[in-house]
Amino acid sequence: MVDCKCPECDGDVDIPDDALDGEIVSCPDCGEEFEISFNEKKELSLKKAEVVAEDWGE
Amino acid sequence: MQRSLSILYDRVRWEEKTLLEKAKEKRINVKLIDAKSFPINLTNVNSFEDFGDYVIQRCVGYFRGLHLTAILEAKNLSVVNSFQTSLICGNKLLTTLHLAKANIPTPKTYAAFSTESALDALSEIGYPAISKPIIGSWGRLISLIRDRNGAETVLEHREMMNNSLLKIYYIQEMVRRPPRDIRIIVMDENVVTAIYRSSSSNSWRTNVALGAKVSPCRVNDEIRDLAIRASNAVGGGILAVDAMESKEGILVHEINSTIEFKGASSASKVDIAEEILDYVLQKLKR
Repeated sequence: MVDCKCPECDGDVDIPDDALDGEIVSCPDCGEEFEISFNEKKELSLKKAEVVAEDWGE
Repeated sequence: MQRSLSILYDRVRWEEKTLLEKAKEKRINVKLIDAKSFPINLTNVNSFEDFGDYVIQRCVGYFRGLHLTAILEAKNLSVVNSFQTSLICGNKLLTTLHLAKANIPTPKTYAAFSTESALDALSEIGYPAISKPIIGSWGRLISLIRDRNGAETVLEHREMMNNSLLKIYYIQEMVRRPPRDIRIIVMDENVVTAIYRSSSSNSWRTNVALGAKVSPCRVNDEIRDLAIRASNAVGGGILAVDAMESKEGILVHEINSTIEFKGASSASKVDIAEEILDYVLQKLKR
């Protein structure tokens, strides 16, 4: 488990070891959702997740 | 030579993770590609990301997935589902047209292009009736309209929404049915499984996203026949056909082309991720 700081409230966000690029995690403190992103050097960062759009679905 | 495939996504859901895990188990070379992470040169056919031999398009955003599929097909890549199938299934109006043209039983439905004609459509169909956005999923903005007053309210709200797609009115009869619908997973003409989706106590809608409960449904001849005909009507692919039990028999009301299958897998005990990968591997052999 990797510990990451929430970009919104600085809370602790746990990132599972097997997390995938694009997976969504939420901050347990403020509830904001983030998308896990890995760069070419496999360094992890959190991007604000897209909010549900009207064309989302199956 | 080992063939490779890619999963094109914009949000990693349970389904994408399960497909990836299953591919690893089956020693299939799969690349996960985030649709948001790269630009595509439209005018140079040789310039694009390496998508492998086959692309499973899994974007949660309909327009994003649809346009990417158009680009990839123009670059001669094989994509499931195809542009044509995705175009039809992502749009309820087009789906109804294709179902009706193929003589597949479907609820009586009108399209209208102004609030006045939407009210006329509701008078023709009779109250209660259902209004649905032509694009969208998970039961979002689907309205049960009980009378003329309710209709005027829903239509006024739609008029105030700054979205031209919501000015296309899709009005459907309220089918008298048990508080459940049937979801059938079909891949071309192979009916993989079916489940019931029973609406939760506080909703008439049967979307799992709204709390509907899932349970196994036996695939009888009527269900099998309708699912295959519905699949053929929209060009085949990996599909979830939604149907309702009515007094007149089973009616197909929707076909989904970027299927979510967590509920169907747990209720039916069928490994749908494996079925999807086997379907793609069969395609690669051709």
